[in-house]
Amino acid sequence: MRDRIALLVAAVLLAACGSSGGNASTPRSATPLSGTVSVFAAASLTDAFNAVGASFQRANSGVTMKFNFAGTPTLVTQIEQGAPADVFASADTTNMDKLKGDGFTTGTSQVFARNKLEIVVAPGNPKGITTLADLAKSGVIYITEAPTVPAGKYALQALKMAGVTVTPKSLETDVKSVVSKIELGEADAGIVYSTDVTAAGGKVAGVPIPDADNVIAQYPIAAVKATTNAAAANAFIAYVLSAAGQAKLQSFGFLSAS
Amino acid sequence: MRQERVPIVIVVPAAIGAAFFIVPLVGLVVRSPWGDAITALTAPETLEALKLSVIASLSATGVALVLGVPLAWVYARVAFPGRDLLRALTTLPMVLPPVVGGIALLLAFGRRGLLGAWLNSTFGITFPFTTVGVVMAETFVAMPFLILTVEAGLRSMDRRYEEAARALGAGRWRVFTRVTLPLIGPSLFAGSVLCWARALGEFGATITFAGNFPGVTQTMPLAVYLLLETNQEASFILSLVLLLVSLVVLVGLKDRWLGSA
Repeated sequence: MRDRIALLVAAVLLAACGSSGGNASTPRSATPLSGTVSVFAAASLTDAFNAVGASFQRANSGVTMKFNFAGTPTLVTQIEQGAPADVFASADTTNMDKLKGDGFTTGTSQVFARNKLEIVVAPGNPKGITTLADLAKSGVIYITEAPTVPAGKYALQALKMAGVTVTPKSLETDVKSVVSKIELGEADAGIVYSTDVTAAGGKVAGVPIPDADNVIAQYPIAAVKATTNAAAANAFIAYVLSAAGQAKLQSFGFLSAS
Repeated sequence: MRQERVPIVIVVPAAIGAAFFIVPLVGLVVRSPWGDAITALTAPETLEALKLSVIASLSATGVALVLGVPLAWVYARVAFPGRDLLRALTTLPMVLPPVVGGIALLLAFGRRGLLGAWLNSTFGITFPFTTVGVVMAETFVAMPFLILTVEAGLRSMDRRYEEAARALGAGRWRVFTRVTLPLIGPSLFAGSVLCWARALGEFGATITFAGNFPGVTQTMPLAVYLLLETNQEASFILSLVLLLVSLVVLVGLKDRWLGSA
C-alpha cells in the first residue's frame, strides 16, 4: 500500500516536472488556468493550506482559491449535501473512503501528508505532563476531539496503545477548538496533531508522544466529482504533491507523504 | 369586511418569502426516517441529551426570571441616565452571534477570566465543562427575550391599580407581588416560554463556553450537530423534535408576541 502511494507520488511529481521544465509552480497547460477552486480541507490543514493556496495562486494568477476548513466528517456531510467543492483534503483515509464509496470523488485519492499526535499543554507545562498516563492524573483537565473526528479517533487509539484510561471533560468538534481551550486556560491538556502545536506558536507547548504509542495520520486528497473546474482542481492537487507544495507543508510540521 | 384584492407585486415576493421558510422544514419532514423515529428517540444518548436539555433550559428560565424581572422593572419604572445603553447591553445577546457570547463568557467566567480566575483561586469554582456552564450560556442568550417581554408588559399595564393599592395602605413589596406581578402575568408567561424555547435551542454559546460531553454538557442541539456526522437519520429526527417544540411555542404565543406588545 505504502509503496503504491510512493509510486503514485513519484509519478505525479515526474509528470509535474516533465512538462514544466523542472519548476512545478509554473502553469503546465497551454491555456492558463482560471476560475475558482474550492478546497474543503480538514481543520488541521488550516494554516498550511492557506500558505500552499497562496503560493499556488501566485503561480496561477487566473485562479481564485477558496478554502472551507472544518472537522473532516462535517466536510463529508457538506459535500454529500451538494456543497460546491472542487477538492477534498481529509485528515483520515476512512472519511475519504466514505466519500469515494458514496461516489462523490473522481480519480484516485492520494496521500499528500502525514501527521503525528502530540499532547498539547499550556506554555511551560505547568501540570508537568510528560506521558499519556499523566493525562489521567487527578487535577488535570483533559479534553479531546469527538471520536467522529479523525484526531479524536487517533487519540483514542494512542491512549489504548499506551494502556491509559482517561475521561475527557469535553469532546470538541475539531482540533482547533481543543488548542484554543488550552490557550484560554480552560483545559490543561489535550491530544492534537503536532502541526497544531507548531501553528499555535508560543501560545501552547507540545509534549511528544513516543512512536510506539503514536498514531500517524494520513491525509489523502482527491478531486470532487461535481467539480466545475476540474483542470484547476487537478492542478492544485498536483501542486500539493509537488516538491514545492511538499516543502511548504513540511514547513508547517507535516511529515512527508511517504 | 370587504376583502381587498392583494396586488400581484405583493403576492409573489410574499409567497417566495413564505416558501423560503417552509421548504427547509418540509425537507426535514420528508427526509426523516419515520420508521426509525422511536429507535432514534429512545436511544440512551438521545435520552441523556434530552434530559440535560430539559434540566438546563428550565434552570436557565428560572435564573432569567429571578434576575430578569427586576431588571425589566428597573427599565420600565426607573428613569436614570444611561438606561437605554444599559438596556442595549443586556439585550445584546439577541443579535450577537452565540459563539461570540460563548467567548465573552469564557473571558469573564473561564478559569482565567475576569471573575472566573478569582472564583477559581478563592473557592475552587469553575464553570466551563460543567452543567452550570450550560445553564449560564443558555441564560446569557435567552434572558433578553424575557427582559424585553416583561418590560413591555410593565409599560403597558394600568398603573392606577398600583396607586390604588398604595393608597389603601399596601407596602411596596406587597403591591409588587399582589398587584403588579398578577397584572403582568401574561407577559411574564410569554417571556418565560420564549426564553425557555431559546435556551432549549442554544448551540453556539454552549459548545464554546461549556464544551461537549454526553450527560454533562451535551444538550440536544449539540447532539444533533454531532449525530449529523455519524447518524444523519437520527439527527433529522432530533431536529424535528426541536422544531415541533419551537413551532408549538410560537403558535401558542402568537398574540402575546405580535399583538399586545
